[in-house]
Amino acid sequence: MNFFTSIGKYSLFIYRVFSKPEKWSIYYRRTIYEVDKLGLNSVGIVVIISVFMGAVITLQTAYNTSSPFLPTYIIGLAARDSIILEFSSTIVALILSGKVGSNIASEIGTMRITEQIDALEIMGVNSAGFLVLPKIVATVFFFPVLTILSIFVGIFGGWLVGEFTGAITTMDYIKGIQWGFVPFYVTYSLAKTVVFAFIITSVSAFHGYHVKGGSLEVGRASTKAVVVSSILVLLFNLILTQLLLK
Amino acid sequence: MIRCINVCKSFDGREVLSNIDATFERGKTNLIIGQSGSGKTVLLKCMVGLHEVTSGDIMYSDINFSGLSNTQRSEERKKIGMIFQGGALFDFATVEENVMFPLNMFTDMSVEEKRERANFCLKRVNLENVNYLFPSQISGGMQKRVAIARAIALNPKYLFCDEPNSGLDPITAGVIDDLIMELTQEYDITTIINTHDMNSVMQIGDKVIFIYKGKKWWEGTKDDILDSDNQELNSFVFASEMAQMVKKYHKRLSGK
Repeated sequence: MNFFTSIGKYSLFIYRVFSKPEKWSIYYRRTIYEVDKLGLNSVGIVVIISVFMGAVITLQTAYNTSSPFLPTYIIGLAARDSIILEFSSTIVALILSGKVGSNIASEIGTMRITEQIDALEIMGVNSAGFLVLPKIVATVFFFPVLTILSIFVGIFGGWLVGEFTGAITTMDYIKGIQWGFVPFYVTYSLAKTVVFAFIITSVSAFHGYHVKGGSLEVGRASTKAVVVSSILVLLFNLILTQLLLK
Repeated sequence: MIRCINVCKSFDGREVLSNIDATFERGKTNLIIGQSGSGKTVLLKCMVGLHEVTSGDIMYSDINFSGLSNTQRSEERKKIGMIFQGGALFDFATVEENVMFPLNMFTDMSVEEKRERANFCLKRVNLENVNYLFPSQISGGMQKRVAIARAIALNPKYLFCDEPNSGLDPITAGVIDDLIMELTQEYDITTIINTHDMNSVMQIGDKVIFIYKGKKWWEGTKDDILDSDNQELNSFVFASEMAQMVKKYHKRLSGK
């Protein structure tokens, strides 16, 4: 019963978020601000994670395919496909659900308990739309940029570790990342990212928006937002993979 | 003018407000007083639509506010200014941006005009040279004054204040009270103040409504309070020793 109540509340919340804005120019400015806060501020963590992720995938593939019957360029190929298909979209989304999700839930939750959301409502502003729509637009448009960045940096990290540890030569690695490239995999990865961005932002905002009580509840809402959005990311990863790669 | 007609409010079957009938007049400072938990904040939130009434009506002049749709209510709310207990200033905006916020959202004024209006409102509440500071960089009293400036930016017809001087020292609290009273008279606003500060009551209470256990228990002016025999009101208003001395002194002077 609780589950269905939450689904209903979430649907009503999303309906309010996508109601017509009072003034487009204000929402536009807020979106630019959110791109900076939620998107550009996440570039650092995405780069660090991607470089190590690419490096580890390359090393693990290299150590597990040390057979004379397998060409070495297969290491580059496996690293490329793993990064594009799964790591740059799903793993980065999970990391961002922690960073961005908790940020959104705690920010909106704090606004709720300090009556800033009530102040918006009293002024006649649709608080859900004003606070959440710019965040959703910003992440839906900017997370794919982070995914593309992650793909490039991950592949670079793979080359770096392969070259320095001698696991694979540069020539073989480049041959591997070019061999049998399927462009649709990038489309698939970006499509997943768009869905994940929407889930992370809307679910976290939903939990923050409905906080009741004080600072403890804001903390709880923030944790819940991260847990629920992470689980939903994994669930939709499965659903989208079945739908898009069938 | 705002009227509450038989307003009842329950939460999960627990009745918090019971048949409240009250009229809040224009150009006067109307005070709602009562103990913590008596239901005065719930009544205020019902009046501005943050809580839905369980039964009864809230009338803004001739408009039944509680019966309006969300869109109609949003329109009506543009005539409302509200000062929250903690100020509720937007953390993401500077003092000037906070005051300009309603102007940005609901007017087509140029940036210069909006800035001029914001500066006028800030000057009206005796605040200068704080335009580019964030709420966290100014004192509690200043935050309250910024909240008042923001509330009057759109020339509201109705001003609601939820414990506007809580957490302030007596001098600053007096300044805030005077400011609210001046603005009420100057702009002919219907002002409703929720408070349990007796200094405010005696200073600006044109009309006072005492809420006790969710019911309207007493109604009158600040002068009527001193002569009232209402036991619950007396035990609330004259709870402190100083207040009891004032009452005794008043009785002696008036010969009652």
